[in-house]
Amino acid sequence: MATTTAGTPAQLIARSRAVRQARSVLVITIVGIALFATFCVSLSLGDYKIPVIDVVKTLFGQGDKATEFIVNQLRLPRALTGILVGAALGLSGAIFQSIARNPLASPDIIGVTYGASAFAVFAIVTLGLTGAAVSGLAIAGALITAFSMYILAWRRGVSSYRLILVGIGIGAIAMSVTSYLLTKARVEIAQQALVWLTGSLNGVDWSEVRALTIALVLLTPLMVLLVHRLRILQLGDETAYGLGLRVERSRLGLIVIAVLLAAVATAAAGPIGFVAFVAPPIARWVTRSPGPAMIASALIGALVVALSDLLAQHALGDTQLPVGVVTGVVGAPYLMFLLARANRVGSGG
Amino acid sequence: MPPPPALPTTAAPPPDSATVDAPRRRPRTRRATLVAGLIVSVAVLLLICLLSIAVGSKQIPLSTVIDALRHYNDANTDHVIVRSLRVPRTVIGLLVGAALGLSGALMQGVTRNPLADPGILGVNGGAALFVVGGIYWFGLTSLTAYVWLAFAGAAAASVAVYALGSLGREGATPVKLALAGAAMTAMFGSLTTALLIGDVDTFDQFRFWSVGSLAGRGSDIAGQVAPFILIGIVLALVSGRLLNALSLGDDVARSLGQRVGLARLFTAVTVVLLCGAATAAAGPIGFVGLTIPHVARLITGPDYRWILPYSMVLAPILLLGSDVLGRIVAQPGELQVGIVTAVLGAPFFIALVRRRKLADL
Repeated sequence: MATTTAGTPAQLIARSRAVRQARSVLVITIVGIALFATFCVSLSLGDYKIPVIDVVKTLFGQGDKATEFIVNQLRLPRALTGILVGAALGLSGAIFQSIARNPLASPDIIGVTYGASAFAVFAIVTLGLTGAAVSGLAIAGALITAFSMYILAWRRGVSSYRLILVGIGIGAIAMSVTSYLLTKARVEIAQQALVWLTGSLNGVDWSEVRALTIALVLLTPLMVLLVHRLRILQLGDETAYGLGLRVERSRLGLIVIAVLLAAVATAAAGPIGFVAFVAPPIARWVTRSPGPAMIASALIGALVVALSDLLAQHALGDTQLPVGVVTGVVGAPYLMFLLARANRVGSGG
Repeated sequence: MPPPPALPTTAAPPPDSATVDAPRRRPRTRRATLVAGLIVSVAVLLLICLLSIAVGSKQIPLSTVIDALRHYNDANTDHVIVRSLRVPRTVIGLLVGAALGLSGALMQGVTRNPLADPGILGVNGGAALFVVGGIYWFGLTSLTAYVWLAFAGAAAASVAVYALGSLGREGATPVKLALAGAAMTAMFGSLTTALLIGDVDTFDQFRFWSVGSLAGRGSDIAGQVAPFILIGIVLALVSGRLLNALSLGDDVARSLGQRVGLARLFTAVTVVLLCGAATAAAGPIGFVGLTIPHVARLITGPDYRWILPYSMVLAPILLLGSDVLGRIVAQPGELQVGIVTAVLGAPFFIALVRRRKLADL
């Protein structure tokens, strides 16, 4: 591109990089503020309304006893779980989409969440379990699915393409097991399973927050270590080999992280759909990042879930919907808006 | 050759690997092999059709089946079963299978994405939403009513997806179509679930439709969907050249004189006819349309003039075969075909993916 400003190519690249970085910081700040605002509003609404200013005070330890109880004990776990789940899903989606180099790839689509769902529905419908036992089996399901996916795709190395196709196959089996179980169960129990399958934050408490926090705290340093490899991996296997990357090892590490993130999120709140799919492309669009925008993906994932849960709880008066019903309605229009505005060749993904 | 458009998203470079699979073979032998393969597949399909008519909760010997087809006698209960139940069911299986296979191949070709299934245009999501709406608000319960609802939903959804995907300066690029479809599907899915969660009766009706099944479909449903699928099949089979050009990427396709936007619209209309009618007849069956084109591609290489007919023949083999098996394993009841296709097809599909060198999209 011909520019009026003089400069060596290196200077031009440095300048455009600086512009992009500034944009990323700006986006992250704005989304962060929006997230905090949503968080405060969701803490203030409920049967007993608390002014937002009091909520903020309570969060910083300045509130009175009653608001403290309502905010910290009743509403905070749910709001925090929503944010953590959203962040985990956003990160997981960003990793999956970059590894697969495909905007349609996400833990929802390539089988991991289907595996978790099949196990969880089996637990609910056939074994009659509830609560933590279902979550445990869901994690087991996600891990078993991911493991068998990787093993089956292994043939002197794993190509991303083969991994996706094997994921489709395993996902299809898991999904048909799920629908088989749903058609065989009594309708009330099947509907209970449907609520789980939709993804819901009803009845979460501090134990979910704790589990999610531990998982994120453990996984984040690993992610920071591996994220630059993700950028190289995104160039394609051959280029990555050429650049001296240990492709198989890096990919395995990243997949393990992405699967664990998806698994803990699913265990906490069920397979909330669409978040892992929608957050990364939105993040890349708004930051104009050439590679995966991890922080922005996490924040946007969190924002989508937080906003959706706010709507799910309060939009329809007394009827409380599971959050997974709303994520599609919240996330889809924004993605479509971005699509409509996109005018660069092949922008997206 | 100009560089392919900057699509960081397609899993693979454009298929210049046409000759990789069979490097030194002469084109004529290769073509003969492909024709022979297609003929064998059709023979297998015919055999499975006969099986599908013969096998069920009442076994009917093949000789009686052929007799019933040639000299129908309505005093013979076997003949009545064959004519009024088994034949329509088999015909629907054939039509739905062919439609799913073809629309899957078309969709993967036009979006150049191996994860695209025929439902990616929002067809299944729209159909499901309309069917649930019909059950919820109007208390509809008959399969015949579902057909029109599902078809209307599929058409409405794909028009919306296509319109959305075409906004912006570039028009309907593959990535935008795929993302718009996925977004729309998610939105419809949300609305569908919202209706289902509030209402036990609707859910009870819907859960059986949503599995995908050929059971209980009579000749009236076959008659309803057949025209759409037959037109769709014709349109699909002539679009091989279009897809070959599109699969080189928009820029190359344009430089070869292809009218890219028009080609894409043509394909999209065909997909709606095929997949909309298939979903209307049998409910949303995802696996067939997603995987059969990959299988066909493994056999034929990346030439869509071969992928399309192979998909059209292989898909009903899987669908009808699964349907027959579903009737055998769960006697006296039966397993819905949507369940069996995945359980039966997926291991085979995975084995195939592992064994062969993949012909990328």
